[in-house]
Parts: sequence; C-alpha cells; structure tokens
Amino acid sequence: MSLLEVNNLQTSFFTDAGEVRAVNGVSFSLEHGKVLGIVGESGSGKSVTAYSIMQILADTGKIVGGSIKLDGQELVGAGEKVMRTVRGNKISIIFQDPMTSLNPTYTIGHQLMEAIMLHTDRNKQQAYERAVEMLRLVNVNEPERRMKQYPHEHSGGMRQRVMIAMALACEPDILIADEPTTALDVTIQAQILELMQSLQKELGMAIIMITHDLGVVAQLCDEVIVMYAGSICEQGTADEIFYNPRHEYTKGLMRSIPSVDSAGTKLQPITGTPIDLLNMPKGCPFAPRCDAAMKICIRERCERMQINENHAAACWMNVKAAFEAQTGEEA
Amino acid sequence: MAEKNAAPLVDIRHLKKYFNINVGAFQTKPLKAVDDVSFTIQKGETLGLVGESGCGKTTVGRTILQLYKPTAGEIIYNGQPVKTKRDLKTFRTKATMVFQDPYSSLNPRMTVSDIIAEPLDVHGLCKTKEERRARVLELMSYVGLNSEHASRYAHEFSGGQRQRIGIARSLAVNPEFIVCDEPVSALDVSIQAQVINMFDELQDKLGLTYLFIAHDLLVVRHISDRIAVMYLGKMVELADAKEIYEHPLHPYSKSLISAVPVPDPKIARANVRIALKGDIPSPMNAPSGCPFRTRCQYACDKCAERMPEFKEVSAGHFVACHRTAEIND
Repeated sequence: MSLLEVNNLQTSFFTDAGEVRAVNGVSFSLEHGKVLGIVGESGSGKSVTAYSIMQILADTGKIVGGSIKLDGQELVGAGEKVMRTVRGNKISIIFQDPMTSLNPTYTIGHQLMEAIMLHTDRNKQQAYERAVEMLRLVNVNEPERRMKQYPHEHSGGMRQRVMIAMALACEPDILIADEPTTALDVTIQAQILELMQSLQKELGMAIIMITHDLGVVAQLCDEVIVMYAGSICEQGTADEIFYNPRHEYTKGLMRSIPSVDSAGTKLQPITGTPIDLLNMPKGCPFAPRCDAAMKICIRERCERMQINENHAAACWMNVKAAFEAQTGEEA
Repeated sequence: MAEKNAAPLVDIRHLKKYFNINVGAFQTKPLKAVDDVSFTIQKGETLGLVGESGCGKTTVGRTILQLYKPTAGEIIYNGQPVKTKRDLKTFRTKATMVFQDPYSSLNPRMTVSDIIAEPLDVHGLCKTKEERRARVLELMSYVGLNSEHASRYAHEFSGGQRQRIGIARSLAVNPEFIVCDEPVSALDVSIQAQVINMFDELQDKLGLTYLFIAHDLLVVRHISDRIAVMYLGKMVELADAKEIYEHPLHPYSKSLISAVPVPDPKIARANVRIALKGDIPSPMNAPSGCPFRTRCQYACDKCAERMPEFKEVSAGHFVACHRTAEIND
C-alpha cells in the first residue's frame, strides 16, 4: 500500500463565470521517502492539487470527485475533524511566499510553539525546547534569539527556514512544498534546496515538490508529474521525463528553456497562450498549441497510456509504444 | 558581436547612486545602492547584468536613464556626456526601458494604442493622426500583436502579451539602446521563450543595443554577449558570457554560477554547489573593504581594509578581488 494514493481527483471552482475545472482527473501515488515533483505553468492546477490534498481550498472551490487515500484512509468527505488530525501531523505544507505566510504580529517563537502545542501534547516548556531544536535543525544561527524576533526582522531565506521548521516540527510523513524557492535568490534557493534534501534523507519523509522550474525538479525529484490545464500529461521517473519525454507539451517545455549551451541559437517556444479553463476543448487540451496535433487530438481526449513500467503519458503519439508495452509484441 | 575597439555606444564612468534613508527624526544615512560602477556597451551588443535582489542592478538601469538622478559619475552616450536637461531629452529618444512587471507598468485606463503612442506624443514625433496610427500599427506588428488589439485595454491581455505592449512602447521613439529590467521574469516558461526570441529578432532587425538585467542566469547566458556580476552595489566581475560561465574568477560569481539549477538530472546530481554562508548584508551596513568578504571563504585581513580594484586580468575579463591570482591557481 502506498503512503498516499490520489485517484481521479477532480476539483472545481464555482465562479460567476461558470465552473472552472482546475483539477480534472489527477491520479498518482506516493511512496515513503520519495520526492515527487509536480511541474506546470500557472493555471495548470498544480497548487490546487496540493490544496485539495490538504483540503484548504478557497470557499468557491470544492472537490467534486475522486479519492485521496492516506495510509488507506479516505480523506475526501472525511470531514474537518479528521482533516485536523491530518494537517500538520501527517501532511504539512510550505507555501511559496515566506513574506506573507507568517503572522507579522507574533514572534517566530510564538508561532512555532503554537503549531507544536496544537498538534502534540507537549507543554509550553517542552514546546519551546522543540522549537529551538527545530530552528537549529534548519541551520538558523542563534535560535534562542531568533525565537524572540518578529518575521520582519528576518530575510526571505530565513523566513522560509522558519516555515520549514514549523512544517517539520510534528514529523509529518509527507511534506508538500508549493514553490518554496520561487521568491528567493539563486544562492539562497541553493541553500534551501540543499537543506530540504538533507532533511529528507535524515527524517525519511516523502516530499511533493510543486514548481515551474525544471532545474529544481532535476536536482531534487525521483518522480515527476507534468500538468497542463488541470490534468496530467506525463508521469514517470525523472530520468525518463528528462531524457525520453513522450508528450508534446513536455518536449516543448524542454526545448523552450535556455540551457548552458543554447547561447547563439534560437529557443523553440511553444506557440500560443495557455488555455482558458472556462472554455475547455473536447479533445486534448494541448492540441490548439501542439505542432504535431492530429485529427484525433481535436476530436477526442487521450487517456493515460503506460509506455513502460516507469513512464506514462496522455498523448496519441504513443499508441504504438503503449501497445507494444502492453502486449510485448511489435505493432 | 560588436567590434571590440570601436568607441562604445554607452560609457558609464564611476556611477554612484545613494539614497538618503531616514534613521532618526532629523537624521539621514546614505544607502549606497550603486557604488562606483563603470562599464561600456558597444553598439549592437547585449550586456547582461546579474546579481541577487538588493544588489543594485535595477538601480543601475534606472540611473543610466536618469529616472533616478545619479549621485555622482558620468553617463556618456555616443561620445556625448548626458548632463543638461536638453541632453536628457534627446538621450531619452535614443534610450528607453522595458520594465519588469507587465501588470503595473501599463496604465489600466489607457488603450493599447495610447500606451504605445505616449512616447510619440511626448516627443512630438508624429505630425498627423494618420501618421501616429500607422506608426502604432507598425510597432504592434514588430512585437506580434494584431491590429484589432489597438483599441483594447491592458487588462484584456495575458502577461506575455502585456510585456509585448511594453516592448512596443519602448520601441516607439526608434531607440538605439534599451534597458531591459527583468523583462521575462514574471512570465511562464513557455511564454518566456517567445519573448526572449523576440528580443533577439528585434536586435537583428533594428540593430538594437541591450542592457539586459535579470536574475535568471540561464536566460542571461542565452541572450548576452558579455555578463557583469554585481554584489551590494559594486561590480565584482565582467567578462564574455562564455568565459564567465566556464572560468568565473570572483568567489561570488563562482558560487552564483554553481547555484543555478540545471534542468538535467544527471548534471544536477553530479553538480557540486559552492554553498555560501548566511545572507546578503543590508546595504545600510555594508562591510568595510570588499562587500563580499563576510560570506567569502577566502577572505583575509586585506579584504576588510580596502575595496579591491576592478581590474582587467585577461583580455576583456575584469574582476574585483584581492586574491584572484591565488585562488584561481
């Protein structure tokens, strides 16, 4: 049994303009101690997937279908009481913007201790000790002094460390990191990623890393999910996704990022703009921007096809490979 | 690539920009956002300017165009110093700017055609309405916008299209030199590539010269001929783009380049990052001597005493470090 099993998750936002299907049939599983990357552009549904797992959606958002099982326990429809035992204890989240996710009116120490006392039966003294210990773990100097300071007295990198300390204080099985380094500078990003990597090895938790930066994915993740317009277009091990991409969107993404050797050459951007989620086409959501689109792509949406044991994609181009993988014969 | 020995189009000498910050009721203290920065840009060249937030790279761009009045230093454009108000007015028809945030840099109450034509109106470059309209449509076609977009408002466009509007506006006066201040960092990856290619094409077509300010080193590496690295208001290294990537000499450039996440799992796993300790000090309390010494693993007594000279160590490769020779053996 996997640690986390998400099956055909569907999350919609009900707006004045109509139903926005932000997540449309997402399935994946996560094993203990693995790092899963979810990549996609803004509006692809990567953050909403994470918020659905935590059930911290905005008021207009609702999980309309599918299941989320944590250690075999169903979370969809489980109710707020159950979710309270899950959030923080079993699954923690760190948000993109460390500037706004801490409360500016309380000290760092107060906020850390609040999280610890809420989720464990430690008393105030024990919570203080645990908070100091956590700050030390995430390489904050002089943790005792830092405990008394307010968020504005810390730099962005320092605040993100505090967020990580808070998320890890109750030793969750899963840490969801929603663009944890996007707001940070490169050298600080390197520090934070290194810290997450070493903590992951030390504490053995699983991480869901949500990012738009393929560089971050390459560095950190064992497995990768590529999302576009609310659904998964490709899923597999990092090596498979980077060296053998099988969905036209992933290929386009790889071609459009500058690399060390790309100077002097033309990048090959994906044409057009991301799709409007209110007007989803019948066929493949990427078909209007896809250079290789065929008639079937516009008519019918491609279901997920297993290409080999480590790799699946939802693209009609893979019919032959998928058939061979399934039957073991040549098509 | 531009010729090396020709007179530079843009020549910045000892540029300084200090902001006065209130520290008490009647006291101010200078914040040295840009502190003695000199460089040149040849015609047709792209100079990339990189550094972390707060290093002063945006201030350099804005001070060159005198959106901020320089505290000291000279801006020499095409051999002519830009000093008086009259110089500045002509200078601003030659040099323009593309801003970082396509959401806040366009007036929401103006139509696209008015936004693009504003520089034309300000400088009185179009005599008749027809001329103005024709010019606007020409500019829109340069950046891949349709003519029917002209009467719409900025909020009707996506981030990438807004950035195109901003670029069309910066091209309106037929400039030779454009300061691009993080023009692609607010855009999605797939859109970013479209805009980067557009900068390339416009440069070929119109013979533009760019100062390209960004924090994404892979983007800067892709687009620039030469790259300058800034740290806490000072320029620490300047060299050919390829040279600085393959042989960075300053310890800060070394760690900056090693910290870039490479989108290739095998390289990323094998990559040895040179981790820096701590954070960037506040520019209000910049360390004495070399600004980088507090985070530098090679720092010595000399580094605390005085700022190293920004000198040419090999052809076209400038670096400001006392210990360049020792640490790069």
